[in-house]
Amino acid sequence: MGTAAALPPVNICVESSDTAVRTALTELLRGLAPLKLDVDDAGTVELVMAEALNNIVEHAYPEGDPPGPIKVSCKHAADGLHLVVVDRGRTMPDGQVPDGAEVDLSVNFLDMPEGGFGWFLIKDLASDIRYERVNWENRLMFRLAVAT
Amino acid sequence: MELSSRSEENLQVVCVHDTRIDATVAIEFKDQMRAKTDGGSDIVVLDLTAVEFIDSSGLGAIVAAMKHMGQARKLALAGLTPTVDKVFRLTRMDSVFSVFPTLDGALADLKS
Repeated sequence: MGTAAALPPVNICVESSDTAVRTALTELLRGLAPLKLDVDDAGTVELVMAEALNNIVEHAYPEGDPPGPIKVSCKHAADGLHLVVVDRGRTMPDGQVPDGAEVDLSVNFLDMPEGGFGWFLIKDLASDIRYERVNWENRLMFRLAVAT
Repeated sequence: MELSSRSEENLQVVCVHDTRIDATVAIEFKDQMRAKTDGGSDIVVLDLTAVEFIDSSGLGAIVAAMKHMGQARKLALAGLTPTVDKVFRLTRMDSVFSVFPTLDGALADLKS
């Protein structure tokens, strides 16, 4: 457990917008700099967080709804990075995270999927995924087994 | 989002000059790919050497560009950096495109 406290917790808050995801990712990776993640682990963090944050911008705060806050907190522990992503937008469909099934590529050329990869990537790369709707907030929690 | 295009014998090379193809620029990327590839060569090599990051929206935009070119033409991808390669591998989209680690490798293989 000696390494668990090496990184100060990283807390980020941005307002939902077209540029919010890039801003949040830049701040998060800057906060994780002391861990000196290799390119593979840094890619995992950036990819999963990009997908989680894009979903919030597109679906929790869709166009026409007022924008709102997106909060990310990250703690480093012996088993990896524990991330919590919170927003005050619309709830997840059916109150749970989507299946994230692997997309079917055995289809005709023109039916080749152009979407549906986001939750697949999150579920493939993250562990211990949990979602709660509490007090008008969506809370998505997961662990990334990097910097272990 | 800046793309440039040049001809190399029987094929066309479209080079991405940005470090990210993400949700912010996915639509712009799709539009620019259309503009660059409409009426172009049958084989287009997309040079991704400068691209450090792609998300699922960017991946979808590349698939859309391939579909827009049509089945009779070929879109090959070259110069995949580690995180870009990861996205194509995990989604198995590397089986849909011809993927080359370097632009030189792609040109050597695809030039007739």
